[in-house]
Amino acid sequence: MKTLKIEELSKNFGSTEVLRKINLEIDEGNFLVLLGPSGCGKSTLLNIIAGLETINEGNVHIDDYNVSKVEPKDRNIAMVFQSYALYPSMNVRENMIFGLKQAKVSKEKIEEQLEKVSKFLQVDALLERKPSQLSGGQRQRVAIGRALVREPRIFLFDEPLSNLDAKLRVEMRREIKKLHQQLKTTVVYVTHDQTEAMSLGTNIAIMNHGVIQQNDTPENIYNKPSNTFVADFIGSPSMNLIKGNLKESSNKVSFITHGSNIEIPINGYDFKEKSNLDNKEVYFGIRPEHIFFKKSNDEDFEINLRADLSEYIGHEQIMTFNFENQEVLAKFPSTVKIDLSKNTKLFFDLTQISLFDAKTEERI
Amino acid sequence: MQDKTHSSYKQLEQKSKYTNMFLRWFLYFVLVIFALYFIFPLYVMVVTSLKTMEEIRQGTLLTWPSGLNFDSWLVAWGGRGYGAGDTFLKPYFWNSIKMVVPAVFFSTFIGAMAGYVLTKWRFKGDKWVFLFLLFGCFIPYQAILLPMARTLGVLGISNSVIGLVLVHTVYGIPFTTLFFRNFYVSIPSELVKAARIDGAGFFKIFFKILLPVSTPIIVVTIIWQFTQIWNDFLFGSTFSFGEAAPIQVALNNMVLSSTSVKEYNVDMASAIIAGIPTLIVYVLAGKYFIRGLTSGAVKG
Repeated sequence: MKTLKIEELSKNFGSTEVLRKINLEIDEGNFLVLLGPSGCGKSTLLNIIAGLETINEGNVHIDDYNVSKVEPKDRNIAMVFQSYALYPSMNVRENMIFGLKQAKVSKEKIEEQLEKVSKFLQVDALLERKPSQLSGGQRQRVAIGRALVREPRIFLFDEPLSNLDAKLRVEMRREIKKLHQQLKTTVVYVTHDQTEAMSLGTNIAIMNHGVIQQNDTPENIYNKPSNTFVADFIGSPSMNLIKGNLKESSNKVSFITHGSNIEIPINGYDFKEKSNLDNKEVYFGIRPEHIFFKKSNDEDFEINLRADLSEYIGHEQIMTFNFENQEVLAKFPSTVKIDLSKNTKLFFDLTQISLFDAKTEERI
Repeated sequence: MQDKTHSSYKQLEQKSKYTNMFLRWFLYFVLVIFALYFIFPLYVMVVTSLKTMEEIRQGTLLTWPSGLNFDSWLVAWGGRGYGAGDTFLKPYFWNSIKMVVPAVFFSTFIGAMAGYVLTKWRFKGDKWVFLFLLFGCFIPYQAILLPMARTLGVLGISNSVIGLVLVHTVYGIPFTTLFFRNFYVSIPSELVKAARIDGAGFFKIFFKILLPVSTPIIVVTIIWQFTQIWNDFLFGSTFSFGEAAPIQVALNNMVLSSTSVKEYNVDMASAIIAGIPTLIVYVLAGKYFIRGLTSGAVKG
């Protein structure tokens, strides 16, 4: 039994297609993050799961029950919003119990739930306050509390941290992680922040233009991006995608970028399909953190590149190198001194590379 | 400008100080002039209403009255006490109250409801509905006189306070809807979503979530509608006559129908009486208006 299952779901607003044939499944207790740039349809998908938007095609199942036409309040879900959406005219207590009162839960049960949750989230001292008298973090807690008292099957979070300042955001991120570890409730969480997605999710579904690009564990998303969009979206700075061709001769595969005679051997690469590789136009993907200034392992490929730019950011520096007129970024500790406009010896860690078909932009 | 010495900066500082002082005094001067200009008609009205006819004939517009003489006010309000042809404001004042209170209430309430629907719920053709409502704001009063007269006739409520309530409510809806729509647009729709998940329905969301935070716009709408309806002359004079007329119409009749001498003091007193309720609304509601603005913060 899947806690949440979405089948062949499509949605359009007028003539604009927002979601195309979405398929998703979540097991009990998992934390799924919907990640993508703004306008990719992730919030719409969340609203559809909540029942706040109608569906054009496809179905949504919660606990194997088709809820596609069920009202939001009857779906056994709770949602936390970006603006917290606390009812401004009600105090914290009224905010938290509003849903239970609507559901005609008995007074004793309401009080019991309220006490349990407000203690748990440490908002029990704030019960009589109005939302306008709370700090950002407190509002966030109350919003989560309002969701918690309903004891839902699925928690929906719509960019809950993006209204907080940077420091508080990191704190609240940890709290949400702890919360999930303790409660083990299924969560669907929408964000555009990759750090949030990586640190919170047990699964991440990366979306673009209404299509799920990759739905995988954070490790796989990072290490084995399924296409150039994912490769580019995850990581900061994002993965270097160097355009070039493959060369296959006597069972040895190598990569040559345009206008260069440097052959990068990629025999160790785990191809999905090892055929028709010769002369294939590809992107050679390597993350800035997998380029080193000294040898890291035997697979490393040594290369001399000219350093063009250095960006110092405290604990590290981002260097831009020129590789046959394509920019290659690398991340080094800030203690390393590298002269600009000079050739520098670098090491590509070939165990960490990704290759993409230049035409389809899919991983090969 | 690098060669500026310390003393030349001092000079500039002095100069700008004098310029600022001059501008400040000039500002006060202009403000005082305008204040006098605006207060002048009111002064003339009040002063004249307190004079006897004798004083009016002998003095000028600006002369101070010899004493506080409220006779003309009493006449304006309650009449002289003789039978036919004695027009006074009291019954018409109550007509206007009976007209303005329900009309303001209904137009505000319907406007709030419509604004809520137009911003927080999507339905087919919502853009068109809004467009037509907007169009309603631009229809001149005169254009609806005939169709409205016919409508009132068919409904059998012409020449009645109820008829005027209906006219003012209908005519006010485009404006009140626009006010509330523009206000509710700024309230995050996430509130409505949250309430829907919490299980609140259409009306509950309106009454429990949105209406409690709408104080500022309610006050603005009430001030606007009250002023419009209370001060209206055209609808009042077209759709009612005699006993059912609102105060502005009665005021007009009173001033124009004086047979013998023009009693300026009574006319002035009547005009002030007719204007007082709007003044009261502004004073009372204005306070709530500011309070509503500062306490209605939705987002932090």
